[in-house]
Amino acid sequence: MISLDINEKKYQVEVEPDVPLLWVIRDHLQLTGTKFGCGISACGACTVHIDGEAERSCQVSAKEAEGKKITTIEGMPEDHPVKRAWIEDDVPQCGYCHPGQIMQAAALLAENPNPSDSDIDEAMSGNICRCGTYQRIRRAIHIATKSMPKGG
Amino acid sequence: MSTIINLSRRDFCKTGALLGGGLVLGFYYPGCKAGKKEEVKAVAPFIPNAFIRIGADDTVTIIVNKSEMGQGVYTSLPMLIAEELALDWSTIRIEPAPVDPAYNHTQWGPIQGTGGSTSIRSTWEQLRTAGATARVMLEMAAADIWQVDEKDCRAENGHIIHKGSNRKLSFGELVEKAADIEPPKDVTLKDPKDFKVIGRNKKRLDTPDKVHGKAVFGIDVMVPDMLTAVVARAPVFGGMVKSVNDKKAKEIPGVKAVVQIDSGVAVVADHFWAANLGREALEVEWDEGTLAALDTQNQGEQYVEMATKPGLIAAQRGDVQAALATAAQNIEAVYELPYLAHAPMEPLNCVAYVRPDSCEIWTGTQMQTSDRDAAVELTGLPPEKVTLHTTYLGGGFGRRAVGDAHFVREAVQVSMAVKKPIKVIWTREDDIHGGFYRPRAYNVIKAGLDAEGMPVGWQHRIVCQSIVEGTPFEMLIKDGIDETSVEGAADSPYDVPNFICDYQKAPSGVPVLWRRSVGHSFTAFVKEGFVDELAHAAGKDPYAFRRQLLAKHPRQQALLDLVAEKADWGNPSAKDRFQGIAIHESFGSFIAQVAEVSVSDAGKISVHKVVCAIDCGRTVNPDTIKAQMESAIVFGLSAAFYGEITFKNGRVVQSNFNDYEVLRMNEMPLIEVHIMPSEEPPGGVGEPGVPPIAPAVANAVFAAKGIRMRKLPMT
Repeated sequence: MISLDINEKKYQVEVEPDVPLLWVIRDHLQLTGTKFGCGISACGACTVHIDGEAERSCQVSAKEAEGKKITTIEGMPEDHPVKRAWIEDDVPQCGYCHPGQIMQAAALLAENPNPSDSDIDEAMSGNICRCGTYQRIRRAIHIATKSMPKGG
Repeated sequence: MSTIINLSRRDFCKTGALLGGGLVLGFYYPGCKAGKKEEVKAVAPFIPNAFIRIGADDTVTIIVNKSEMGQGVYTSLPMLIAEELALDWSTIRIEPAPVDPAYNHTQWGPIQGTGGSTSIRSTWEQLRTAGATARVMLEMAAADIWQVDEKDCRAENGHIIHKGSNRKLSFGELVEKAADIEPPKDVTLKDPKDFKVIGRNKKRLDTPDKVHGKAVFGIDVMVPDMLTAVVARAPVFGGMVKSVNDKKAKEIPGVKAVVQIDSGVAVVADHFWAANLGREALEVEWDEGTLAALDTQNQGEQYVEMATKPGLIAAQRGDVQAALATAAQNIEAVYELPYLAHAPMEPLNCVAYVRPDSCEIWTGTQMQTSDRDAAVELTGLPPEKVTLHTTYLGGGFGRRAVGDAHFVREAVQVSMAVKKPIKVIWTREDDIHGGFYRPRAYNVIKAGLDAEGMPVGWQHRIVCQSIVEGTPFEMLIKDGIDETSVEGAADSPYDVPNFICDYQKAPSGVPVLWRRSVGHSFTAFVKEGFVDELAHAAGKDPYAFRRQLLAKHPRQQALLDLVAEKADWGNPSAKDRFQGIAIHESFGSFIAQVAEVSVSDAGKISVHKVVCAIDCGRTVNPDTIKAQMESAIVFGLSAAFYGEITFKNGRVVQSNFNDYEVLRMNEMPLIEVHIMPSEEPPGGVGEPGVPPIAPAVANAVFAAKGIRMRKLPMT
């Protein structure tokens, strides 16, 4: 039995300890907003926050995730500046990679509330979008910076 | 707030009913029980046609018969209806269409599907007519209630208003009455100059669900009691199972069954991870078949050999040989392009639940009819007992438009074997190894220039596999020539008096498929690269040279002028930057692009900016058009710099995004899109942005370094 803290909710999951967190989240808890894209941390579609850091959930085992605070796309407030900016600029196309993109961007802004284009390149280049929405992702991150809570 | 119904939510059910002028439709409502006509009518009393249902609560449900894979059809198609129906946009609810002849493609024969950049073009009349019909019926209903002339009633923002008295009834208040009105046979569509919706930016209706992680893709579908399967497929295309030892696979906790199906051996488990571990533990011996020695280099040599012989003539005028023999200058080149995987972000998947008397399928597909028909064939059930729910598609690019329904067949076969709902998931490795690639293409091209530097002869020979041969789309082969192999080359618009394009069909074996822009994805690279070579050989400016050769094509000329002006052609934004230009027509639209690149001393190519001009006729949702151009340019750049599937010992060498790379944020150029105002009928938008980008970049590289890139990916 593995105990997980996801989106401020406690779960007891009967699962082998080495199952990747991604599949625990998706298959066992049916939180399907977090996506499977590659399984080798090459695409970023499975990005979640673990203790505030953007992590590839396909590379973290259920055991390793125990006792940590996990946030998925479903746990991000709908009025989060990044989500609002994504909606404002109509960023998604097929939309499949965007939960991961949004989690990655939110982690970037939490650390650096006013990122430059090269900061964005560095933070976001691990997240693939096959629809090629990168220009709008960049623009939306800049939009979001304007409404990110300042200080503290 | 508009809503889009995610069909696959668990609490959805189907009510099949004979409705709407004798059409047999499948309707879906949240939380309903197996239903009857009365129940459908209770929710939406007014059903003027297969695309519209209006409820007493003013909700307008629009049934969309095109798959939403990012191109924006869940917004742009409702806009066509909204223009004529004058509905209140905030009351819209979108529902994916079930499989029914009412939803067949208007240009493809009896098939329901999405592709070929046809969604707007094929519904442009149909959906505006559907909207106008509903509006007229609502106007007639109001006129009847008020006992006035229907000509004095008009629709506005979800209401019918009486001109004389300003009386007003909402659509919802009119549904009971409207339901009894006979649909008019003819309706007059709006004069385009009166358009209020079409041609104006509309926010996408699917954005909020996609941002909040609520959009349900095929891979997200959960059905009670469902098991997950992964399939061990032959390591070589055409290979067959010789023997299976599933002892170790079955020892993996969670593995429930191992079943042999047509495509290989399926490992079925409680969850994906157990299935995946089970497959790793599976021991399969394969009969590798005839392609066991397939090797990219040897195949390349075979293509070179084939290109020495004339092929079937796809297009011809004048006497090319004579023209080349007497030309002042001859230029010859070879252009090579590799197999490409589509690699949509959402790997292929399908959920199927086969019961003795029914079959239910949930999948993100571009080809509903052939998928449904495959399930009919496999289960022996009548078509009306097979229900297919189209979910959101996590990218399509053609990969989900398959004639053989292979990813649906697998799920149906496994469900039949284990008698449970089954979700088959492809891993990324399965996807990259899984075939159905853009065909490899080998091109030999020759031209002769006269003393003034203008081309007098043009000869293009194409060697590549046929996409449609042996598929339900074989009718696209005309006189032995697969149109998708020569499109964009045989119909080159350049005014050259002596011309020939011939085609050598390469041996089949590797499964090939249409991939975003299909044949144009390679023919434009050849045509636009080579015309650039001719311009330089003639000592002419590549923009002016193209312009001169397009004298009979005013739309293309005007577009070239637009892109040249917007890109400030001839004046790159920095000393170390160089421009390349390309223009290409495909899917009824014209696209011109100028790429601005720099090339480092080490040979690293950087694309800084792309200016894109599009003439797609009348626009529907301009911001979506811009988004599709941005998307297509990134898609084309990925192919230009990275995309390549190769074979060694019959096996695909690449396996995942680490060795089948695609463009990422750090390489993203600034893209500027300009839409040519036009009153021409709408053209396609999803694909035409792809073809010009690779040649535009290659031409810029030549401008920078004098090196001609004739092979993709550029390395």
